[in-house]
Amino acid sequence: MASSTPASAMVDQATVRQRPSRPWLDTLMFVVRKAPFALITLGILVGLIVAAPILGLPDPLAINKGEQFSPPSLTYPFGTDEFGRDIFSRVIYAGRTSLMASLVAVTLATLIGVPLGLLAAYVGGILDTLIMRGMDVLLAFPAVLLAMAIVAVLGPGFTSALIAVAIVSVPAFARLTRAAALAQKEREYVQAAQTIGAHPWYIVFRTLLPNCVPPIIVQMAVTIAFAILLEASLGFLGLGSQPPTPSWGSMLQTARVHLRRAWWYGTFPGAFVTIFVLAVNSIADTLRDALDPKTRKI
Amino acid sequence: MRTFILRRLVQAIPVLLITSILVFLLIYLIPGDPATTILGPNATPDQIVALREKMGLEDPLYIQYFRWLGNVLQGDFGVSFRNQYPVGQLIALKLKATVELTIAAALFAVLVAFPLGLLGAVYRGTWFDRFFNAVTGLAYATPGFWIGILLILVFGIQLRWLPASGYASLFEEPSKGWRFIILPAITLGAYSSAVLARFLRSALFEVLDQDFIRTARAKGLHERMILFGHVLKNALIPVVTVLGIQIGVFLGGAVVTEAIFDWPGIGRMLWDAILTRDYTIVQATILLTVSVFVIINLVTDITYGLLDPRIRHG
Repeated sequence: MASSTPASAMVDQATVRQRPSRPWLDTLMFVVRKAPFALITLGILVGLIVAAPILGLPDPLAINKGEQFSPPSLTYPFGTDEFGRDIFSRVIYAGRTSLMASLVAVTLATLIGVPLGLLAAYVGGILDTLIMRGMDVLLAFPAVLLAMAIVAVLGPGFTSALIAVAIVSVPAFARLTRAAALAQKEREYVQAAQTIGAHPWYIVFRTLLPNCVPPIIVQMAVTIAFAILLEASLGFLGLGSQPPTPSWGSMLQTARVHLRRAWWYGTFPGAFVTIFVLAVNSIADTLRDALDPKTRKI
Repeated sequence: MRTFILRRLVQAIPVLLITSILVFLLIYLIPGDPATTILGPNATPDQIVALREKMGLEDPLYIQYFRWLGNVLQGDFGVSFRNQYPVGQLIALKLKATVELTIAAALFAVLVAFPLGLLGAVYRGTWFDRFFNAVTGLAYATPGFWIGILLILVFGIQLRWLPASGYASLFEEPSKGWRFIILPAITLGAYSSAVLARFLRSALFEVLDQDFIRTARAKGLHERMILFGHVLKNALIPVVTVLGIQIGVFLGGAVVTEAIFDWPGIGRMLWDAILTRDYTIVQATILLTVSVFVIINLVTDITYGLLDPRIRHG
């Protein structure tokens, strides 16, 4: 009889019926449900950028005399530049430079910032003070200015821009991870690990870190958008990838000079960057809602 | 309150000191001899020797640092290697243009953010929410230099309403200056206007949900009186803080904006200096900008503490 089923058995049945926990799949499905348009847009743009060499696009560096400043047409969807080069092809190939720089910079910033934050939180004391005051110094610089100062030392170029973007992004990761780790540090499972004599490295990287992952993932997504814009700013100022390698920022700098002759030159590359960043931001916001609802965007 | 101010001051001083050390080391971090770095590749050996002596490069590094810091504190930033002008004087010449631009951008940001944020809070849950999110999301994602390029294309080249580049001082020639400053101010202020609008809307949401607002409604107070007399007053505190932080964004963004519009300010000077490797100017402009940024943050924090006792006791 159903009415005579003991309560403990009901609980057991409910537990059995529960779906197994698949946080990654759940998060992915959440993003697919909430931001389908951004995902599709980003998918198309990244697909174009990654598959550029096999798409049969015109050579982004090929100079075509007689085709200078051709307005947008079926042959040249974004028009041509001062050397008759196809701007569409250059925008797509520039995406490879900018995307690569941003992704590597964000990975570097994560690999440096997260361990620093974990150490500051777990060890505390003088090490915490030293690390966090160091981060305060980096945060005291406006981002573009710090990146410019780093490039001033290293010299303009792709690698310098990449390193600059990475260094500028480190403090956000360190602060965020420290805050997340501090909140976890007092929890029973960490104390239990300490009680059974686990090695500090084990506690930091195997017990604390996995529980700080959600906000770190969100921060990585946010930082990709930031890194793309910062790298483009450095490129615009002539401090990123050097000609003839196309980059979004440097294309817009050259376009600025030719605005009176070719409106399309500055318009399309800028629109491409904006749509790209808009899609990344939108996915980052949705990820935040899924993984870190407490810090939901304002 | 005094303890709070002292605590904030004590936190700010090491940041400024370490920043000064990093800026001082900038020249030494560049591979090669600092004197050669400053004088450039065309310098003669005599010039290099003379500069090495003048800079006291044979002294220990910490003595060089304290000598340099002492000079900086007296306004002596050295001379530009390109034109031998004292850097302090060059900065004084360019500072006005950047200050004008920053004030105009802050004004633009506030003028756009307040109506947008207010409407966003009042019409929450309606079509305006979508519009609000779209506009602010777009402003977050658009690179400043592209906004500048579009503004030049539309208002400078197509419509010819405003000059595409150049500068006239707003203080000395106001009738001419306002035409030059509009496009750069919009370019620089666009991002911050979105940040401010989102903060204002969120702060208003929080206040609107509080009990004293329900009480005000229950006693029959007019909605406009509630909004402007009670809600806005309480929501302004965090917004003022965000505006202070945005000044830092302006200082960084000024470099790009000044580069687009040929605006003769500090940012443009720093950009030129990096491209021409004029490191004394790079040092001075970076140190000055960071110091201003730190001081503004300090003042903002202290103001916040004065306005909201929970902060200073937190």
